[in-house]
Amino acid sequence: MNKEITNILICGIGGQGILLFSDILGEVAMENGFLVKKSEVKGMAQRGGSVISHLRFGKEVYSPLIPLKEADFLVSMEKLEALRYLDYLKEDGILITDNFYMPPLPVLVGEVEFESHTIDKNLKEKVKNLYYLPAQKIAKELGDIRISNIILLGFLSNFLPFKIDDYLKVIERNVKKEYLELNKKAFLKGREIFSQ
Amino acid sequence: MKRALLSGNEAVARGAYEGGCLVAAAYPGTPSTEILEEISKYKEIYCEWSVNEKVALEVALGAALAGARALCAMKHVGLNVAADPLFSSAYIGVQGGFIIVTCDDPGMHSSQNEQDNRFYGLFAKIPVLCPSDSQEAKDLVIKAFEISEEFDIPVILRMTTRVSHCKSVVNLGERREKEIKGYKKDVSKTNLLPQFAKRRHILLEEKLEKLKEYSNNFPYNRFEEGKSDLLVIADGVAYQYAKEVFKDASFLKLTMVYPFPDKLVSSICQKYKEIIVVEEVEPFIELMVKSLGFKVKGKGYLPKFDELNPDRLKVFIKKEEEKEKKSDELPRRPPVLCPGCPHIGTFYLLQKKDYIITGDIGCYTLGALAPHYAMDTCVCMGASITLAQGIEKVNKRINDQRPIISIIGDSTFFHMGVPGLLNMVYNKSDIILFILDNETTGMTGHQDHPGTGRTLMKEETKKILPEDIARACGIEKVYVLNPYKIRENKKIIDKLLKEKKQAVVIMREPCIFLKKREKPKEIDIELCTGCKLCIKLGCPAISYEDNKAKINENFCVGCGMCIEVCPKGAIK
Repeated sequence: MNKEITNILICGIGGQGILLFSDILGEVAMENGFLVKKSEVKGMAQRGGSVISHLRFGKEVYSPLIPLKEADFLVSMEKLEALRYLDYLKEDGILITDNFYMPPLPVLVGEVEFESHTIDKNLKEKVKNLYYLPAQKIAKELGDIRISNIILLGFLSNFLPFKIDDYLKVIERNVKKEYLELNKKAFLKGREIFSQ
Repeated sequence: MKRALLSGNEAVARGAYEGGCLVAAAYPGTPSTEILEEISKYKEIYCEWSVNEKVALEVALGAALAGARALCAMKHVGLNVAADPLFSSAYIGVQGGFIIVTCDDPGMHSSQNEQDNRFYGLFAKIPVLCPSDSQEAKDLVIKAFEISEEFDIPVILRMTTRVSHCKSVVNLGERREKEIKGYKKDVSKTNLLPQFAKRRHILLEEKLEKLKEYSNNFPYNRFEEGKSDLLVIADGVAYQYAKEVFKDASFLKLTMVYPFPDKLVSSICQKYKEIIVVEEVEPFIELMVKSLGFKVKGKGYLPKFDELNPDRLKVFIKKEEEKEKKSDELPRRPPVLCPGCPHIGTFYLLQKKDYIITGDIGCYTLGALAPHYAMDTCVCMGASITLAQGIEKVNKRINDQRPIISIIGDSTFFHMGVPGLLNMVYNKSDIILFILDNETTGMTGHQDHPGTGRTLMKEETKKILPEDIARACGIEKVYVLNPYKIRENKKIIDKLLKEKKQAVVIMREPCIFLKKREKPKEIDIELCTGCKLCIKLGCPAISYEDNKAKINENFCVGCGMCIEVCPKGAIK
């Protein structure tokens, strides 16, 4: 089913650059001649909440939402969020997640108890193709913790049929000039890690 | 042809541009906000943030009466605020094309209800168009201007969150300037004195009959023959979900759902034994089809609440309802006040107390949740100030001594708070009103308003201060405080809560998105005793690990509120 559509679900915490990630990838897909649908919800407080973006491209795409168990890729900027949206991932789908964990506020203030070590156990048990990427750590080494999204995009790009230049061109259109070089560097770094 | 990946809202703006729109007005509200933000990028269109939706609709109607193409946009509940002129506008009609865009929010991603504004068309006697993706959104804006002018009637364009915020590929065209006819005096048309309005109503009913014929032949009400014996009738984004799920079915895609294309629907329905209607929230189409005498499956299979998705539609195919598989119980990550949000400073002082706190609509509504629990009500724009007055009248009678506090944001105060404040003074209510002034419309993504001194078109304008309005309304005790100064504020606020007399307290500090980030603060682990007082702030940048507080440098904006509350001086 849906062999001709590529489904990518991107998730994380508000403020981590999830929408920029899917905007860039959506435009790259469009420029490669695909029809694209992309869905996310905005509003309420902008930082700190669970955020999800659906991206689909192919010859013909109707629903802007990915049905459960049909995502080819799940990319997460935080690992509890990866676990939260795992039901979207296909049986043989690929999960790429930062191994960073951020406790949700109800856990922080002691209203809800949660054993965070269960996250890794669960992910390893349930996902065949699992890639942990210390994107935040690498971002910090590159000089700005906020570019971890682009590092993850670079990593994901290894699995997609688009050229490096296509991404760099779209990144140029979507980020402020002063951050352009850093973003390009982040993309290439993410791309490289895979072959290492 | 030039193509772009546009959200539905960006596409509406593009349609307004290409369709020769001259005036656009709105009050921001999710999921509608980006329409006017995008329109403001087209210099050919005059656009404004109006103080509320009623004002926006009237400004746009005025422009349409002056002969220009005009548009107003609002979220679904905004149309309740604008309902008064909406109903009258159907009687009056237009000169230039006039579109009312309503963005409904099935699933309540950022709203207080799930009302289905297709019913406003039926109720107010105004045609309703429902696009299902960005290309249609753009095309239908242009079409709606034409319909509006041809039939001398406003047109509602009904979007939903998933149409407004989904991006899909759109073919771009050029702008076609429309000749502006100019304001023509025609009192019997534009002045709804009863003797004129009676005639206008008769005329309106005649127009609706003609529009029904138009709807029967409207090419966007489209039949698509499939291979199976199943007919699916759907509108909006529900059509896209249904196409994903019922691959072999025949489709009747409805776009103009009011006036309802009865002949078209009857002629198709009679060829099918099995008919299902797929639509979000209310059974609008279902009721219409049933009234034509056809049996259909719709609500009962599909819920009347929440948004749809492809998985929900599978209830029609599977014998037994297969429950959506749920992950193991994980702690939710609800939206929270941002790190360094100035509202935190106010809620820190009001949290977990036995005060009666009426709230309003904005980011600060989150003060109702953990860890602050400092907001009892959220009803609609402006209701904080007025609900409190009713409570106060009762509490005086029964000698309930709890302080009554109202909390409203700056933009919400300008929107609908001012009449409530007038009423509070006029009718002598002792309420302590907090205006959380972050100098922007925060929740919808930082739009200007009368207090910012800037218009949507980025022109300088007079800056109107809430404290001046409060004094003009007759409030004698007006305070302007900085919410970050928690220790100083505590003394003043505690005194007011003890006095329980009428007062307005303006907590002024710009939203963190309007300021430059300061250097993140750090915890001195030697000095931190793990007392958790800083955790009580509810700042998402502060966590707790190995019995010590910890600041996440990715999130911290360096506001320093935590320094105010740390008794050991362990934060620097």
